Amino acid sequence: MAGKYISLRYGRFSQLIDKKVVRVNIVLIFLFLIVAIISLGLGDYVIHPFDALKAVFGMGDAMQNLVVRNFRMPRIVLAALAGMALAISGAILQGLVRNPLASPDIIGVTDGAALATVGFLALFNTSDNAMTVSIEWLPLASFLGALGVAWLVHALAKKGYSTVRLVLIGTGIAALAKALTQFLMVTGPIYLASRANIWITGSVNGAKWNQDILLLVWFVFFFTVSLWLARRLNAHELGEGVAAGIGVALRGDRTLLIIAATALAGGAVAFSGGIGFVGLMAPHMARRLVGSGHGALLPTSALFGGIIVMISDLAGRMLFLPLEIPAGVFTSAIGAPYFIYLLYKSRGGK
Amino acid sequence: MSEVAGVLKNPVAKGIGLFLCATLVIICMYLSVWLGITNVDWRDILHAYTHFSGTNIEIIVRETRVPRALIAAAVGASLAISGALMQGLTRNPLASPGILGINAGAGFFIVIALSFLHISSMSALAWIAFLGAALTSVIVYGLGAFGTERLTPVKLTLAGASMAAFFSSLTQGVLTADQQSLDAVIYWLVGSVQGRSFTLLLHVLPYFVIGWIGALLIAAKMNTLALGDAVATGVGQNPLIVKMAAGLIVILLAGSSVAIAGPIGFIGIIVPHMSKWFVGQDYRWLIPYSALLGAILLLLADISARFVMMPQEVPVGIMTAVIGTPFFITIARKGGWR
Repeated sequence: MAGKYISLRYGRFSQLIDKKVVRVNIVLIFLFLIVAIISLGLGDYVIHPFDALKAVFGMGDAMQNLVVRNFRMPRIVLAALAGMALAISGAILQGLVRNPLASPDIIGVTDGAALATVGFLALFNTSDNAMTVSIEWLPLASFLGALGVAWLVHALAKKGYSTVRLVLIGTGIAALAKALTQFLMVTGPIYLASRANIWITGSVNGAKWNQDILLLVWFVFFFTVSLWLARRLNAHELGEGVAAGIGVALRGDRTLLIIAATALAGGAVAFSGGIGFVGLMAPHMARRLVGSGHGALLPTSALFGGIIVMISDLAGRMLFLPLEIPAGVFTSAIGAPYFIYLLYKSRGGK
Repeated sequence: MSEVAGVLKNPVAKGIGLFLCATLVIICMYLSVWLGITNVDWRDILHAYTHFSGTNIEIIVRETRVPRALIAAAVGASLAISGALMQGLTRNPLASPGILGINAGAGFFIVIALSFLHISSMSALAWIAFLGAALTSVIVYGLGAFGTERLTPVKLTLAGASMAAFFSSLTQGVLTADQQSLDAVIYWLVGSVQGRSFTLLLHVLPYFVIGWIGALLIAAKMNTLALGDAVATGVGQNPLIVKMAAGLIVILLAGSSVAIAGPIGFIGIIVPHMSKWFVGQDYRWLIPYSALLGAILLLLADISARFVMMPQEVPVGIMTAVIGTPFFITIARKGGWR
């Protein structure tokens, strides 16, 4: 095979790789690293990118090592992981429901997680603002919230499974979850309200290494699962009839894919809050460059997602100094107009 | 959109129904003044207005209960009318100020005004809420109601949902930076008719009244428009002008409702559907029925909000969301969006 493709064979495993995909991904990885390194150096205390890179390996001076390794790296890693997870989740959902407008936040997963998180904070909060249960459990709560909503939406939309219905029901459930979240914030103490508010908007501020490691393990596992399923996701995108015709197990696959997408979004939301619109934007950008074959789409989307959230986080840190604006504000500020543009472009057709 | 006729067939039955609804509004308003942590009986109410002597109970009646009942009725009616008009304009049975992001847009503008411009006068805030509602409506309408190719209901719903997400995210961003306003604004952001003064109602009353009258005036034209733009043009009507007028009324009603009570969702979806069940698609009946049923629903929601968690009050916006979501999902599942 000369020309457009590289073929990869190892025992029974064989894969054709599009050269363009390889080129695009190399450029993106490069960009990803550059953004990460620039982001390491910027903040209240500015470090030259080169020094920052040295500090990553513990070779800078003591102050630089402290700032880079203990404060900036954890949050940048978290931003990158959250962005990647959300992007893959969005790519899977868009392929699965065959609607380019689907994304974890529009289907209500994010709002479900937000409700569970605020519920957790309200439930285990004592009057003197201490927690009765370790805060380490918070991600579990928000993940369960995400899963609960995903299940509810799926169950309600199941009859005569229509993607449109799925999206509409998601919107409805999201509105309900939002109202209940606000209810908890209104009735709870002010401390809870402001904390919950930051979380809901989506921020990677104050990230810790142990959170990063947890999310990393989670991410790698479900990313592998989704890559494994990617080939069959291509069949799903051709329509249920075609997928069934070429022997794809529709039900089982769909359930697995929904679990993977929810788990990725839920994991990201659990640690970084509701960073909106990333799951929508990243797959679209990726599709423009590498087409809609999911084997290529998933990694490329992931890189885009990571870059978007890292840049948003950087903007949130730098633009309004000394204030910190949650990264989610920026992703929404770019994402919503982009979404409207997509809608506008796709008008007429279904 | 299938049922053309409602359960009430002839004009006499519809008229009687309308009268009954109006009676129910009055009864609900009375209940709203009567019930609460302190129950007030009718003698106190009468006394508060005829021989005001400054007792606690009379102050409660004049300063809280009566304004609250009036505001709930006015806001409920306005939200329902704007929902009915929006559903007609966009041909989307799920359209309403809440779902299409208009409430969130107004909310964002109010937060900006409170937090950056330090505006706290209520009449100024009402104008700012208008501005937010108008801007959001123009964007969402621009996508949905004009142009040769119409957006499908689903896309319009998604556009609205994303506008709502956009504005609420920006609102939250402002609030994280400004903790003081968070405390002041969070209660407003949920939507409530409690603790609003009578003068506040007087500020926005002119807009309400113009909106109500305007809605009744264009009702017949909305009927023609429902047959399609081509038919409307054929009978000598300019569909664009009707759409603009209806859009303006929606902005007027939804904007003033948000300004006075905060974003109260789902009334605008539920009530027009209930009204259609009674009187069918005829806007000349649909508008007044929606107004009265909207007032009844919001009054009842507000009354029940006082009792769910005694002695704490649940903001009425949450009550309507809890009641409204199952309804919304039922419509979505039935496939009425096609």
